[in-house]
Amino acid sequence: MDNLIPVLVGLPLAGAAVLLLGGRRLDRFGHWLGVLASTASFGVGLALFFDMLSRSTAQRPAFDHLFTWVPVEGFQAQIGFQLDQLSVVFVLLITGVGSLIHLYSVGYMAHDERRRRFFGYLNLFLAAMLLLVLADNYLLLYVGWEGVGLASYLLIGFWQHKPSAATAAKKAFLVNRVGDIGLSIAIMLMFSTFGTFAFGPVFGAAHTASQGTLTGIGLMLLLAACGKSAQVPLQSWLGDAMEGPTPVSALIHAATMVTAGVYLITRSSAIFNLAPTAQLATVCVGAVTLLFGAIVGCAKDDIKKALAGSTMSQIGYMVMAAGLGPIGYVFAIMHLVTHGFFKAGLFLGAGSVMHGMNDEVDMRKYGGLRSYMPLTFVTFGLGYLAIIGFPGLSGFFSKDKIIEAAFAHGGTEGWILGCAALVGAAVTAFYMTRVMLMTFFGEKRWQPDAEGHEPHPHESPKTMGIPMVVLSIGSVGAGALFAWNSSFVNWLTPVTGHEEGHSPLSSWTVSGVTFAVIALGVLVSWLMYGRQPVPATPPVGSLLTRAARRDLLQDDFNHVVLVGGGTHLTRFLVYLDAKGFDGVVNGIAAAVGGTSGRMRKLQNGYVRSYALSMFGGALVLVATTLLMRAV
Amino acid sequence: MNPVNYLYLAALLFTIGATGVLVRRNAIVLFMCVELMLNASNLALVTFSRLHGNLDGQIIAFFTMVVAAAEVVVGLAIIVSVFRTRHSASVDDTNLMKL
Amino acid sequence: MIEIATPLTGAASTGEAVQFWILAVIAVAGALGMVLCRKAVHSALCLAGTMIALAICYMAEGAVFLGVVQIVVYTGAIMMLFLFVVMLVGVSAEDTVKDALKGQRIAAVVAGLGFGVLLIAGIANAKLRTFTGTGAADAKAGGNVQGLAALIFTKYVWAFEVTGALLITAAIGAMVLTHRELTEEKQSQRDLAERRVRLGTQVTPLPAPGVYARHNAVDVPGLLPDGTPSELTVNPTLRARGQMRDVSGELVDRMGELEASTAGWLGRRTPKPRHSTELAKAPAAASAPAPTAEEPQE
Repeated sequence: MDNLIPVLVGLPLAGAAVLLLGGRRLDRFGHWLGVLASTASFGVGLALFFDMLSRSTAQRPAFDHLFTWVPVEGFQAQIGFQLDQLSVVFVLLITGVGSLIHLYSVGYMAHDERRRRFFGYLNLFLAAMLLLVLADNYLLLYVGWEGVGLASYLLIGFWQHKPSAATAAKKAFLVNRVGDIGLSIAIMLMFSTFGTFAFGPVFGAAHTASQGTLTGIGLMLLLAACGKSAQVPLQSWLGDAMEGPTPVSALIHAATMVTAGVYLITRSSAIFNLAPTAQLATVCVGAVTLLFGAIVGCAKDDIKKALAGSTMSQIGYMVMAAGLGPIGYVFAIMHLVTHGFFKAGLFLGAGSVMHGMNDEVDMRKYGGLRSYMPLTFVTFGLGYLAIIGFPGLSGFFSKDKIIEAAFAHGGTEGWILGCAALVGAAVTAFYMTRVMLMTFFGEKRWQPDAEGHEPHPHESPKTMGIPMVVLSIGSVGAGALFAWNSSFVNWLTPVTGHEEGHSPLSSWTVSGVTFAVIALGVLVSWLMYGRQPVPATPPVGSLLTRAARRDLLQDDFNHVVLVGGGTHLTRFLVYLDAKGFDGVVNGIAAAVGGTSGRMRKLQNGYVRSYALSMFGGALVLVATTLLMRAV
Repeated sequence: MNPVNYLYLAALLFTIGATGVLVRRNAIVLFMCVELMLNASNLALVTFSRLHGNLDGQIIAFFTMVVAAAEVVVGLAIIVSVFRTRHSASVDDTNLMKL
Repeated sequence: MIEIATPLTGAASTGEAVQFWILAVIAVAGALGMVLCRKAVHSALCLAGTMIALAICYMAEGAVFLGVVQIVVYTGAIMMLFLFVVMLVGVSAEDTVKDALKGQRIAAVVAGLGFGVLLIAGIANAKLRTFTGTGAADAKAGGNVQGLAALIFTKYVWAFEVTGALLITAAIGAMVLTHRELTEEKQSQRDLAERRVRLGTQVTPLPAPGVYARHNAVDVPGLLPDGTPSELTVNPTLRARGQMRDVSGELVDRMGELEASTAGWLGRRTPKPRHSTELAKAPAAASAPAPTAEEPQE
């Protein structure tokens, strides 16, 4: 049964190869081939999952060593797979949500002539992502890591005829590279410290390494996670990544790839547990990002960018939870899975809305769509309730647990983190309600587009509807399923370890307070956007609003500090090169030239002058000889 | 009298000859100065022969004379041929060997 | 002098001391004269004097053969060669007082003084053995010449042969250097005469120099009927050296004096004094026969 693990990766990889190399003759049915590869992979994943269920806890992790990639003495790079409880969760999420989004894309991309290529990229992404979560060593994980980066780049820039999409793809790639460097440095550190980069040996030997090394590895892993998961300070690419087709946003930039950072931290829990400094940095990054993303989400009028801000914020929750240590890992993963459901559902809903509105993304031009798109409204609404943490829905179970864990961190830090998480929850409720109200309630605000086509909002085809329904079911039920009898906690504990936090506030208190702040957020949002009409043109807004519309000036910051700094550094170096080094070189040349020019005058062509030189030389020789004898 | 005086005389004549080479411009006089230097060295060689009590110094002086004769032959030929082309015997007029 | 040289065993005798001081003064005076004389001929004569003095020194030191060779080869042959070339190249070519090279003279004198001081100081400080003299060596071989011959043809035979080769090479080198390759067919006297006629510039033989000259006739150009000097009358070599003497101005002045002194006596009007420059400028004006016949030749 373990031999099936490589098949998980192989199926979508084969699908990608066939679709990308197969050419035009596959155009007619290629998308179904993609769906088939993805679904088959999901089927294998399910089979492996049930096989794992049937075994005892100790027997559950499965390994399959395929071959040795680089067989060099002292450097053994293996192609090996590891399917444990953590991986299988990811496998099911990736292949499950992935299959649904494949299906959705069949409808969404129906009118795109490059649909086959799109499915090829999606399959490539699935393969890379599965490789990432199934690898049994960091080097192979790195291969998957780069693979998803590549797929993300290709898919963000899928509509490459739009300059904004091409730029966004490049931006995502570049920012991701910064994080990738962190991962590669972390791997090099591991190799130099432990002599290996396989999970088992590294985690086993982690306690032998010095504190400084562990902190270094942890911080580098955190940098990698920041890049991939769009955490502050490497968050700037995610908003622009919404230039890609909506299914891509749903799959890659909401449900799966951006959570790879959380996976990395959780997978490396053995290292993080021994490096408190790295953990502290992780919770700080998470807390800052969850507020940052939430604030950005409040100000965006572009529905996808508002959701992107939300994604950032929710991943901030996960990273924070992962940084909390054993009390948080499980809840980070749990929130990751539930988030995968409801955020994918929300994105698909947004895609459905855009599909019906001639690809309009500005929420100020929506309004009152609930009667035109009832199915979208319902599924989107369930996702909305899930994300704000409405009691009973999945977000409630996962997010409340994270807030509770934050308080349980203890001390002042715990209070600060807990309050940040609470504020985040309130703001989440605010901006999600805003999205909901602006899109589905109020009066119709849509206008004819530039060519005079009046949009005719309509429900999407079934291929799009079914995934939305399935995901909304997941949004509603997943949380309860996981929380029931602590099944998820028990499932993951063998891998990540788990400790019950000792929160200063009781579980019920946290839930109550959380519900209160959520209600407050919803209320404020309703007061601002539900009770009064939404203006078609955005008001000027406060300073914070304007900054948030510009992604809290992150691009400006990057431009001024990094680009400007880089430019100035370059100019300085050029100046140094031109004036300093070239100056020295040219100065030497000029000195030699000038000296030669003056020395040349000694060569005056008069033989008597030369004779004088000779005679002078003889004089010196005689003098030297006599002096030497005298001495 | 100490025969060392011959050496002083040789040194003096050699110096005068060398200075003459540097000062005079007429190529023929220049050659004469060179001859004077050679003669001075011959005197020194003869004196050394006397000092050591063997004839080797005189032999070398003899060879010096022969070589000087050869040198004069070639040198004067050069002077004549330079004079033919440049109508001058001054060594300062042949100053083209420069940059 | 040979008598003085033979008993040489080490220290010089009083006679030799006297002789040395006389010869040393002559030699140094000759050397200085050679360097300081502006005329090459004088320099050559001074050098000859020095060389003779040195030849006597050699003999005094027991190098009889070298002394003779010095006189015969150096003073006799080499110095004559020098004089021959001096005559060929320019007997009176003098160095200008001003040196083209700035500071050369001062630098040379300073360097020479320094060198001389160093050499003399070096000799003074040298720990020389007592002079043994060559008497014993000569006696062993049966005489100075025999001793030298024995050494030349035994110990130094290789150097001797090489020197011979050097002399031959030098002789060939001198020939090569002075040889002039004929680039066209050598013209015979007939060819030259025909060419002269064809060109028509100077059909008659060149005029003779020295007409009305007062000193060395060869270097004084002959005067044309109008009193102007003709360069054609002087040998081209002398012309090239710039060794022509122009006496025409002097002559004209003297003729003017003569005319003036005889004017009253002959009852003529006093003619305007003429100048050679004037004549040279306007030769056509001077078509009247010049009264040069009256000029007495010296």
